[in-house]
Amino acid sequence: MPVQYYIYLALILFSIGVIGVLTRRNAIIVFMCIELMLNATNLLLVAFSQMHQNIAYAANKASSAGIEGQLFVFFIMVVAAAEVSVGLAIIVMLYRNTRSVDINFLNRLKN
Amino acid sequence: MSKLIYLVPLLPFLGFLINGLGRKILSKSSIAFIGNATILLSFIISVVLFFDVKATGGKVFTAFTFINAEAFKIDFAFQLDQLSSLFLLIITGIGFLIHLYSVAYMKDEEPQHYARYFSYLNLFVFSMLLLVMGANYVIMYIGWEGVALCSYLLIGFWFKNNLYNYAANKAFVMNRIGDLGFLLAIFWLLLKVGTVSYNEVFTEATLAKLTSTDATIITLLLFVGAIGKSAQIPLYTWLPDAMAGPTPVSALIHAATMVTAGIYMIARSNILYNLSETSQHIIAIIGLATAFFSATIAIKQNDIKKVLAYSTVSQLGYMFLGLGVGAYTGAVFHVMTHAFFKALLFLGAGSVIFALHHEQDIRNMGGLRKKMPITNITFLLACIAIAGIPPFSGFFSKDEILAAAFAKNPIYWIVGAATSVLTAFYMFRLYATTFLGKYRGTPEQESHIHESPKIMTIPLVILAFFSVIAGFFGIPKVLGGGHQLQQYLSPVLTTEKSFHIEHSTEYMLMGATTVLALLAILFAVNKFSKKPELDEATGLGKTLANKWYIDELYDTIIVKPVLSLGSFLKNIIEKSGIDGIVNNVGTFVQYAARQLRLVQNGQVANYIMIMVLAIVVFVLLWFYDSSLLRLVGKLFY
Repeated sequence: MPVQYYIYLALILFSIGVIGVLTRRNAIIVFMCIELMLNATNLLLVAFSQMHQNIAYAANKASSAGIEGQLFVFFIMVVAAAEVSVGLAIIVMLYRNTRSVDINFLNRLKN
Repeated sequence: MSKLIYLVPLLPFLGFLINGLGRKILSKSSIAFIGNATILLSFIISVVLFFDVKATGGKVFTAFTFINAEAFKIDFAFQLDQLSSLFLLIITGIGFLIHLYSVAYMKDEEPQHYARYFSYLNLFVFSMLLLVMGANYVIMYIGWEGVALCSYLLIGFWFKNNLYNYAANKAFVMNRIGDLGFLLAIFWLLLKVGTVSYNEVFTEATLAKLTSTDATIITLLLFVGAIGKSAQIPLYTWLPDAMAGPTPVSALIHAATMVTAGIYMIARSNILYNLSETSQHIIAIIGLATAFFSATIAIKQNDIKKVLAYSTVSQLGYMFLGLGVGAYTGAVFHVMTHAFFKALLFLGAGSVIFALHHEQDIRNMGGLRKKMPITNITFLLACIAIAGIPPFSGFFSKDEILAAAFAKNPIYWIVGAATSVLTAFYMFRLYATTFLGKYRGTPEQESHIHESPKIMTIPLVILAFFSVIAGFFGIPKVLGGGHQLQQYLSPVLTTEKSFHIEHSTEYMLMGATTVLALLAILFAVNKFSKKPELDEATGLGKTLANKWYIDELYDTIIVKPVLSLGSFLKNIIEKSGIDGIVNNVGTFVQYAARQLRLVQNGQVANYIMIMVLAIVVFVLLWFYDSSLLRLVGKLFY
């Protein structure tokens, strides 16, 4: 399967994520959109890694080049999991304090 | 013995420092003592030096190297010779008498201002001594500027009156105009001959380096300096206004010493002036014009000090006439006699003003003869001396100048003689209106009039003595004298280019001026002792009383245009131009800050929006032109 399809899919996912972050006010949805962007990135990493590997393999059967992309995906997943736990904790505290998950409430921090 | 010369200027400087710094601590009597003692000591040393010079001749004392450039070297050196020792005597001698007189004249001032007064006077004497003792033009220039400063400080001594401050400013500005000429002359001299020391400039070898054009330019530029300092046309108007200062100051600075600095400078440079006929003609004509012109103004003035001020300008004109026709000794002689009788006249006027509680208008005086006998007698002697009646001092010096002028050009003599008639007339108009006739104030005021204290009359008497006898130092050959002054000064001043007038002609000239002056005196005394001029003048008299409207003319053609140029530059160029740029930069930054601040509105979505847009822009840039991106990158690193 050509790599372009993966790129298009990742672009679409990423754009949905961006637009969601920009337009929605519900903190949980914003959060989900961020996750969406991270996963779009992951998808790209995996896709390019696979492409890289295929080319290297065609040149040299013993090569393992391109494996790093897939490794990075795991790192990102770990970081994302940590981020989710912190982020959700923040949202829970936000809700406890304001009885709302509207991120526009957060501008009260500015003073 | 010779080291004493350094004390002559140092002592007054010391007096200046002590009185100036201790003005809030010292008592009035100690201030007066310090002020007077320093000058008296200077005077005593000057007398010693004078006889030293008379016996052994002139010398140069170098204290240290003042300026050492590759191309030239200027020493801080004093030249003690016949000319400077004579001026030392005049400055310290008359200076001391005026200091003494001031002790009583200024007694009503607060101690602080009293000290300020004496410290300024001492500083003035110091600067004047530097001026005449310097062995090169640069030292002379230092003194030259110093006396201008002191003149400014003393004219504006009563600085609470703004008019006095304007007068001080006027004197200073006009002096500065002249000073520029002097400075340019020094530069020109350095450029052409590479030295400014008198002894080096006035040698054959150096003078040979000067073309006649150079000599004319240098001498004329020096003369511009002299015009400013010695109040000649067209820069004379500051001197009458300078009468705003205390009267002893007028006597010391604006009659006896500072204003003669121009004469001293030209007499000192007589060898240069001999190189340029043109300069000599110009000096003679300007001197003569000033003498006559200011004499006409003096006729109609009603302020006792203004009359004397214009008379000073007129006498200075005489001296320049003398310099212009080559009678250098005559000019210096007239400086000397004039110093005595003009200082006496001013001090006498001061005595009158003192007795009348600062009344200066002669129309409100009259009949002071009996009330103030000593002032009256001394003032009368001075009037006779300035009018040129033999055998008083003014006659000999004036006659010497007039004889030389006649030999050069009879027209000079005619105008000069006419001026001397005018002089006799206005001086006796002043004398008759002030001292003769009846007192024109109220009887109550009259009862307060009294003779001035001894400390003021003693200087008057001493000066009167010298006003009478000073002429005998220079009795010309034609009257059977040896002209001691000329012999004494002959090493420094070139003798007049021999002019031939028959003895009979000279007797006739003397007789003519004397008789005319006597007639003018009789006329004036007759006219003004009984019926003084109390009404406002009309016609020509009004023009004279208003000083030919010269001040108004200068105001219109120079002061006002300069002021309007100034206000144009201030209001248009400065305010809208330079200030405009500065202010608009500030306003723009403030405006931009106000607008940009709106971006930071605390809406997280907004921030993210901007971030995303920026990323998109950068990505697009990267796609289309990576060089642009590099440029942006450079901005941040």
